[in-house]
Amino acid sequence: MERLFFYFIAIIILVFSVMAVNSRNMMRSIIYLLFVLLGVAGIYFLLEYNFLAAVELSVYAGGIIILYINSIMLIDKIGVPMEKPKGSRQLLAGLLSIFGLGVSLFAIYSYHFNQTATTTETTVKELGKHLLSYGNNGFILPFELISIFLLAALVGAIAIAKSTKTLK
Amino acid sequence: MDLSYTVLILIIPLFVFLLLGLFFRRIKAPLSGYIGVAGLTVTSLISFFVAFEYFFKIGMVDGAYQKIVAFKFVWLHFTSTMSISIGVMLDPLSAVMLIVVPLVSWMVHIYSLGYMKGDRGFTRFYAFLSLFTFSMLGLVLASNLFEIYIFWELVGVSSYSLIGFYYEKPSAVLAAKKAFIVTRFADLGFLIGLLILSYYAKTFDFVNLTSLTFIHNLSGIGTTFIGLSVITWALILIFVGGAGKSAMFPLHIWLPDAMEGPTPVSALIHAATMVVAGVFLVARLFPLYYFIEGGIALDVVTVVGTFTILFAAIIAITQHDIKRVLAFSTISQIGYMMLALGISKYEGPEGLGYMAAMFHLFTHAMFKALLFLGAGSIIHSVHSNYMQDMGGLRKYMPITHITFLIAALAISGIPPFAGFFSKDAILAAAFEHHKVVWFTGWFVAGLTAFYMFRLYFRIFWWNDPKYEHTPHESPKSMTIPLMVLAFMAAFSGFIPFSHFVSPDYVPFSEHMEWGLAGASVGIGLVGIILAWILYKKENDLSTRFALAFGLFYKWAYHKFYIDELYMFVTKEIIFKHISAPFAWFDRHVVDGTMNGIGNSTVWISEKIKGLQSGRVQDYAMYFVSGATVISMILWFLIK
Amino acid sequence: MIEGVSIYEILTLTTTVFFIGVYGFVTRKNLMAMLISIELILNSAAINFVVVNKYLFPAKMDGDIFSIFIIAIAAGETALALAIIINLYRLIMSVKTKDLETMKH
Repeated sequence: MERLFFYFIAIIILVFSVMAVNSRNMMRSIIYLLFVLLGVAGIYFLLEYNFLAAVELSVYAGGIIILYINSIMLIDKIGVPMEKPKGSRQLLAGLLSIFGLGVSLFAIYSYHFNQTATTTETTVKELGKHLLSYGNNGFILPFELISIFLLAALVGAIAIAKSTKTLK
Repeated sequence: MDLSYTVLILIIPLFVFLLLGLFFRRIKAPLSGYIGVAGLTVTSLISFFVAFEYFFKIGMVDGAYQKIVAFKFVWLHFTSTMSISIGVMLDPLSAVMLIVVPLVSWMVHIYSLGYMKGDRGFTRFYAFLSLFTFSMLGLVLASNLFEIYIFWELVGVSSYSLIGFYYEKPSAVLAAKKAFIVTRFADLGFLIGLLILSYYAKTFDFVNLTSLTFIHNLSGIGTTFIGLSVITWALILIFVGGAGKSAMFPLHIWLPDAMEGPTPVSALIHAATMVVAGVFLVARLFPLYYFIEGGIALDVVTVVGTFTILFAAIIAITQHDIKRVLAFSTISQIGYMMLALGISKYEGPEGLGYMAAMFHLFTHAMFKALLFLGAGSIIHSVHSNYMQDMGGLRKYMPITHITFLIAALAISGIPPFAGFFSKDAILAAAFEHHKVVWFTGWFVAGLTAFYMFRLYFRIFWWNDPKYEHTPHESPKSMTIPLMVLAFMAAFSGFIPFSHFVSPDYVPFSEHMEWGLAGASVGIGLVGIILAWILYKKENDLSTRFALAFGLFYKWAYHKFYIDELYMFVTKEIIFKHISAPFAWFDRHVVDGTMNGIGNSTVWISEKIKGLQSGRVQDYAMYFVSGATVISMILWFLIK
Repeated sequence: MIEGVSIYEILTLTTTVFFIGVYGFVTRKNLMAMLISIELILNSAAINFVVVNKYLFPAKMDGDIFSIFIIAIAAGETALALAIIINLYRLIMSVKTKDLETMKH
């Protein structure tokens, strides 16, 4: 049952990500990306990382996608199709991607992963403790850094977007 | 007694050179001359004082003169005995040179105040004169062979820059280049000889090199090469260097051309001081030359010297440029010195030749500098180097006339002038050694008198040509040095030289050989009378005389085509058949390879410069493909 | 751990998404579209972290936490990038890459 579910999600992700990078309409591209992100959240659910899935949904699907949509509405005329990439470039990039994919998959499949059968559920409480722990496996420093980074990004984004200087 | 003040003799000219050389834009014309003269006056006085002290106070110990190292600064230390040091060594040889070099240089400095007046390069001229004086004094005072080599090259450089003083004149540039290349080529011999000698001797110091026990030990060692021991070869190579500087045949070709320089320079460098450096060098190493393998190297010196006096004297007769006549005369007279060194023996009165060489060096410096300065004075007023443009000058330039006459009599060996005594000593020594050498020397004495008085009569008698400006006597600054040098040329022969200089440093008494002296005075008079007949009044006797010699005259006039021979060897043989293939190889193979590499780089970069598109997307693509390929390779390697 | 799904299958999925993102990043001619491709790449990396953590080291939670960080950073990055794009659009009225090559000259 879970397996079927996984395959279903996998197909959704693959199809929509291909469509997201190929669609010539920006708005559609964003919506396809939204579906991909929903699929990713689904995988997190399947992996029993409920908190992570929630974060994915709220931050990505809820925040970032809306940001994109707003920006597109600000800057681009919706419905005007994007320029089509050159054929040779598409071919080259496609070949490169397939080649890289081949190498990566080859590497993955020829490596033997020691999968463990045990499963432990991760609770939000544990996660929070870990994030704020000063101990050996604690993440307090990156956590604080991320906080500052987010603040800086916030201020920076406002400052950049606010500047009204025009060229010439 | 502390003698380290002698180093001032070197420091003062060097300081003057640096002062004038570095600030030559600031220090204007007359001032720089006064600075140069003042510096040299001090140097000269110190030098004379040192020479006096040496000869009469401190030099003599137990009846023999000592080698005194007055100052020594070790520069490069190799072994306990072998080091390159900068030092000052006093012995009779350097003490004599301490009189010759500063005196002539002093006179030339004063003379140049008048001669170079108004020249654009006045300050530069004095700077180089000081540099030369510094290097020459360093050369004569050097305490070891390597120091002599350093100053030897410095002398060469200052000579180069003074010959090429009028660097706008192509002929001067060519002459400077020629002088530099020829002497440099000879110096290569000196350097190789020096290295061989010091390799076996394990020292550079003259005090060691010339001590008899040391030479005795040295004569045993070393391999042989073509029948001669390697030390002999080293000495011959060192003599090659000396022959280059002293313009011995066949390396004499640069000296006549060097007359392109200003005349005071010719007087100082190319007559009195630098060109006798070769003689000085051989004299310096005389015990080595004499004792190693029975003096084979010394025989080489004799042969070269003897041939050179004859060869140069014949050419001197035919030349028309008065400075060239004097140049060939210089070559010939230096040949006398070499010859005298070559025939000398070591001990006691048998060292007459050595003494005579130094004596002749001394007197020759006086009268030849006088001749050149006189010639400069003439050129200064006539504005020509050629005797065709001269004649009857005795009326216009009385002081120059008298002093020139004294010098001419001195060089012709007429008593009681200086040249008589020194030349007579040489001939006396030669007579004991080998009759052929003596005969050549005696004959050339006649030739010398002839070509000198040909010059004298042609310049001061003959007939007046039409002068554009009436010639006039030169200013005081030029005539005073002439008079000083004339005094020296007239009376320096009475110095009892054998009491001061001898190969074993033990003074001896010389006896006049009146028979030989009479013979040489006789042939000198014959030469003078012949010149009087041919050149006193304007006539065509000399032309007829020249025609009688025909081909031989033409040969001699063209200096026996030695220059042409050199040009042929260098241009036709070396350049065309050796250098040209090398040049071709260099241009086509070496350069071709290099250009090929360069061109292919350009070609490839032309083709791949599209890679540097400046687009992030392209770079991302290269990055991903590169990362993929590398990870693939790594994967297969690790597997 | 998902019942009946091995780590290989999930890794295949994420790798494929990753290279789709690369393809998009290289071919797209619009800054926004390139950003979208970057989101794909980031997400595939985040899933990888989680999967490896879950399948191989279930007792730990480093991968989990890193995924959270990735999401946080992606959010910040997107916000900044979009701010820049908007500003750029005000300046040159375009977000096409070919109009942004003036740095090259």
